Amino acid sequence: MSVLLDHLPELWQGLLVTLQLTVASFVGAAVLGVLVTAMRVSPVPVLRALGTAYVETFQNLPLLVLLVLVFFGLPEIGIKGPPMATAIVVIAVYQAAYMAEALRSGVNSVSKGQAEAARALGLTFGQSLRLVILPQALRTVVQPLGNLTIQLIMSTALAGAISVVDLTEAAKRVNLQEAQPIAIFVGSGLAYAAIAAAVGYVTGRLERRLVIMR
Amino acid sequence: MIRARGLNKWFGEHHVLRDVDLDVARGEVVVVVGPSGSGKSTLCRCLNRLETVQRGEVVIDGVPAPLEGRELAKLRADVGMVFQSFNLFQHMSVLDNVVLAPVKVRGASRTDAEKSARELLERVGIGAQADKLPAQLSGGQQQRAAIARALAMTPKVMLFDEPTSALDPEMVGEVLDVMTGLAADGMTMVVVTHEMGFARKAADRVVFMADGQIVEQGAPAAFFDSPQTDRARDFLAKVLTH
Ligand SMILES: Nc1ncnc2c1ncn2[C@@H]1O[C@H](COP(=O)(O)OP(=O)(O)OP(=O)(O)O)[C@@H](O)[C@H]1O
Ligand SMILES: [Mg+2]
Repeated sequence: MSVLLDHLPELWQGLLVTLQLTVASFVGAAVLGVLVTAMRVSPVPVLRALGTAYVETFQNLPLLVLLVLVFFGLPEIGIKGPPMATAIVVIAVYQAAYMAEALRSGVNSVSKGQAEAARALGLTFGQSLRLVILPQALRTVVQPLGNLTIQLIMSTALAGAISVVDLTEAAKRVNLQEAQPIAIFVGSGLAYAAIAAAVGYVTGRLERRLVIMR
Repeated sequence: MIRARGLNKWFGEHHVLRDVDLDVARGEVVVVVGPSGSGKSTLCRCLNRLETVQRGEVVIDGVPAPLEGRELAKLRADVGMVFQSFNLFQHMSVLDNVVLAPVKVRGASRTDAEKSARELLERVGIGAQADKLPAQLSGGQQQRAAIARALAMTPKVMLFDEPTSALDPEMVGEVLDVMTGLAADGMTMVVVTHEMGFARKAADRVVFMADGQIVEQGAPAAFFDSPQTDRARDFLAKVLTH
């Protein structure tokens, strides 16, 4: 235990980085996920095809490959970003594919009559989606989105591969010095579990509140 | 007000509308009747382009219905539609249902839109339900809310697709009363319905469809008392014995 206390500053710093990665890439993934969903249900065939291609591409690549490819590959063609920003963008882009898939199943669960009524009132496609369809779709997919968020937290642990010192990377470095893997990784594992539990709690609360409104 | 010419529609191989012509004058109430599957709903939905036709043209108030995009949305704003299954937006209050389109489509201020929404809800007799969610209302109340929602856009025409078919019998009357009131106020209406009493009372003209065609049309008294075609006679014999 004392090894954790001795290295508390580094581990704490790592935890903060993990939280930053999580929040920033969640926001990015949510925004992109909604955009991709809009493309996939749009009346324009080209947009639909692009949306589908997006989801198919990113669901069929390992995140680690994507991270490493972007971080070490893009500088070859002259694009170079700092590790943290790269990790946030790549994780967001990657998770957006899964979010879009969950959101689309939510959209499909909203009855067709809702969209027809919206169109019949003169709302444009974008307005119907934003004001009528998505708010109802979201209610049905709170749970899957919560699970995806937990998955996102866990996948931030890969950012160490591109030299971001998140919680996992900090723990690895501490372990290199101290060689006490059990204490160090059980400790950091508990921190991840606590964040996941917090997300699960919020999801549960949200879901219960929204169910009443349906 | 509505001028539909040579409408033809196929669902796959199935030819559901065959050369349908329909004119509706300003202030006229046209009731569309016919056996199940004859294309009444499809016709109604083609008038505001919820369905597209493969051939033919719809002109609303002198403007040919545009194919898509904002122009089409603008046209739809002027054509109210009431569905069999109400289709109220489930996640917002009855008042917000009525306020949404005037604010978002017409650019009305929230205050003005709310004021006229409350008046409309009073007019259809559900002023007290304004702040409830649709799911908390009875079917008849929901359909009246849906009518108020359509009226809030001050449409030039109102389309009704079997507005009372999903209702318990004791609620049919309250919805038909609202519609009769609208007709009396001079609203231009196209109503698909199986309520022959309403057709007789409120219609200026009855249009009888079978197999995707308009087989016969005329004033309600003439149509109900002395139908000209066998198909219409057959149909009336079936519905009027119930
Ligand atoms: N989306 C669709 N896809 C395929 N076929 C359809 C579709 N909508 C309607 N049809 C078919 O088109 C025909 C006409 O349907 P429509 O709903 O217009 O009939 P209707 O006169 O309104 O009947 P009802 O009185 O039962 O409502 C029917 O044979 C129906 O099966
Ligand atoms: Mg029908």
